[in-house]
Amino acid sequence: MTAKTGKSFASRFGVHIAVLVFVAIWTVPTLGILVSSLRDKDQIIASGWWNSFASSSQTEAGRLPAASAQAQKDGKFVIEGNIFGDGAKRNISAFGVKSSAPTQYAAGTAADLGDGVSLLMNADGSFVLSSPKAFEGERGQRVYFASSAPPKFTTDNYQTVLFSEGIGRSFMNSLTVTIPSTVIPILIAAFAAYALAWMRFPGRALLIAVIIGLLVVPLQMSLIPLLKLYNGVGSFFGVPSKTYLGIWLAHTGFGLPFAIYLLRSYIAGLPREIMESARIDGASDFEIFVKIVLPLSFPVLASFAIFQFLWVWNDLLVAMVFLGTEADQIVLTAKLNALLGSRGGDWEILTTSAFVTIIVPLIVFFSLQRYFVRGLLAGSVKGG
Amino acid sequence: MAAQIFSAIFVIIVGVGGCVAYFWGANKLLDVIFPSRGVSGTAAVDNLRRQGLVRPWLFVGPAMIILTIYLIYPVVETLRLSFLDRGGASFVGLANYEWAFGDREFRNSILNNIVWLAVVPAACTFLGLIIAVLTDKIWWGTIAKSLIFLPLAISFVGASVIWKFIYEYRGEGQVQIGLLNAIIQYFGGQPQVWISLPFWNNFFLMVILIWIQTGFAMVILSSALRGIPEETLEAAVIDGANPFQIFWKIMVPQIWGTIAVVWTTITILVLKVFDIVLTMTNGQWNSQVLANLMFDWMFRGGGDFGRGATIAIIIMIAVIPIMVWNIRQANKETGGH
Repeated sequence: MTAKTGKSFASRFGVHIAVLVFVAIWTVPTLGILVSSLRDKDQIIASGWWNSFASSSQTEAGRLPAASAQAQKDGKFVIEGNIFGDGAKRNISAFGVKSSAPTQYAAGTAADLGDGVSLLMNADGSFVLSSPKAFEGERGQRVYFASSAPPKFTTDNYQTVLFSEGIGRSFMNSLTVTIPSTVIPILIAAFAAYALAWMRFPGRALLIAVIIGLLVVPLQMSLIPLLKLYNGVGSFFGVPSKTYLGIWLAHTGFGLPFAIYLLRSYIAGLPREIMESARIDGASDFEIFVKIVLPLSFPVLASFAIFQFLWVWNDLLVAMVFLGTEADQIVLTAKLNALLGSRGGDWEILTTSAFVTIIVPLIVFFSLQRYFVRGLLAGSVKGG
Repeated sequence: MAAQIFSAIFVIIVGVGGCVAYFWGANKLLDVIFPSRGVSGTAAVDNLRRQGLVRPWLFVGPAMIILTIYLIYPVVETLRLSFLDRGGASFVGLANYEWAFGDREFRNSILNNIVWLAVVPAACTFLGLIIAVLTDKIWWGTIAKSLIFLPLAISFVGASVIWKFIYEYRGEGQVQIGLLNAIIQYFGGQPQVWISLPFWNNFFLMVILIWIQTGFAMVILSSALRGIPEETLEAAVIDGANPFQIFWKIMVPQIWGTIAVVWTTITILVLKVFDIVLTMTNGQWNSQVLANLMFDWMFRGGGDFGRGATIAIIIMIAVIPIMVWNIRQANKETGGH
């Protein structure tokens, strides 16, 4: 008995640990960019973000002034100064003169470099190098030191990316693309879904099959013909071929199969009695749709809206094909992709921009998760 | 920018208003042309029948037009273009397909796609299933699931930046700011440039998609697991089955259908994977995949539509079995309705 409880305790503990590990793997990467986006840009490259609450320390290399800077003092030749020059001061904990032992001496102590030469370096970066003989040579003594800076958090990165890197503008562009692309398909799909669920007409079964088939047609199949079509329309009417109208319609088209499929399976599941009693009362299909089906379908409409919103907001491919890359059209995902190329190693820019692009989906996701999950279940587990 | 916001709002109003006006107006028009009220009995019946013939098409009409322009016509046109030259001017027969199978980059893409297809759906489904089972047993399971589900809301580009930061490489002996290399270095290993390691870099890209899609598999499978009758599980426990036997012999067979759905859904997604490869490597270091190669050919050297279309068709061919299976499943289910 005791053995059994012991085992179940151990296995239950194991489950907690296992889930904790999974949760860590799935959240730590995102946490990494959130924390980094709030760090000072010099600290991002000086230490890993997981150390951001500790003073960041780094080993740096510097060179003391050359022999020309020496002065004679008390019969010794001395070079004095500050290793940080006029720049920002950091705290030095240790220093050294060999790259193999960069932190050999503690700050504030004098290092014996041999031949009577000694180097004293203080925590604030000031140093005194003294020698009984005159210094020679064009190049000064190489020194290494470990410096540390207190943790520093700032929202500067956000100001930079939003206002000078063009992310703010792209944010507006993304909204401009996303909202109409989400709203327009809903009504069109809802009417079609109702007809496919509750009206009898020849070719209905075929239409349903076509829509289910279109669900999985890769977007890649549409790109070239539509690009040609848009270019053709553009040059025929003398208008630009890359327009917001074009991408709204494209997203509407690409979202419709899923919208119709999702709405149809929901609307087909509404109780038959309600429809029939309304019909007996003399309501037309149009009235039934507007007064009964639409209000009852609110949950599934919300599900679809969330899906479409996330899909359009997160889309890169359609935006790259159907929108331009100028500031007035580039959306967040495309902008982020461009920054990856142009600002490759500038992690303060990249992490902050990435966080700006994912913040809206995260808010939508957390506030409307219920609808999202419901749509996911209805959309993938083939129901009626 | 103000003009842009204004035009977006304007389009929402016009678009929604237009839709409402169309559906309402077309419906009204039908009532006027074939009146069912205020006419003699037989005429009313006749008109009602005619209305019944026309009305469904008014409802599905706009959707059909848009689907035709944006999906059906392009499928046909892409097929046609794949037999034409780069500008679409002259017929070249199977030359594009011959080129494709002789091209080193294309063969590399096909190979990579096969590895992606073998790894990602399996990994997502397996991890999703494990997490679904584990989180069902603990009191904070819902929170855990929410957090694991969260990457599904993140764009592929955003996820790529997140993971690129994890894979970030600094020379040996330097402070590693990428988590992976920091861990490796902490344990005394050699830091690596993960995304350019031949062959293995594919797996570092796959991790991103697995990270995103596991939440999807988890949610669907978790709800399927809830559907397994409690008695079945209790009976197994009474018969002395251990947790592994319960998992493999009771749970998995019961939700086999759902596993298939999750698997195929992720398979289709993998075939279309584009953003991750574009942003992480853009196909360098032998990490090319078909969807990115196709995008590349669409614009490379002014665009080669013939080759681009050919690659699209090859992706499509891979999707067709799943498409047929889906349609047959749906027909089976709605057959009686």
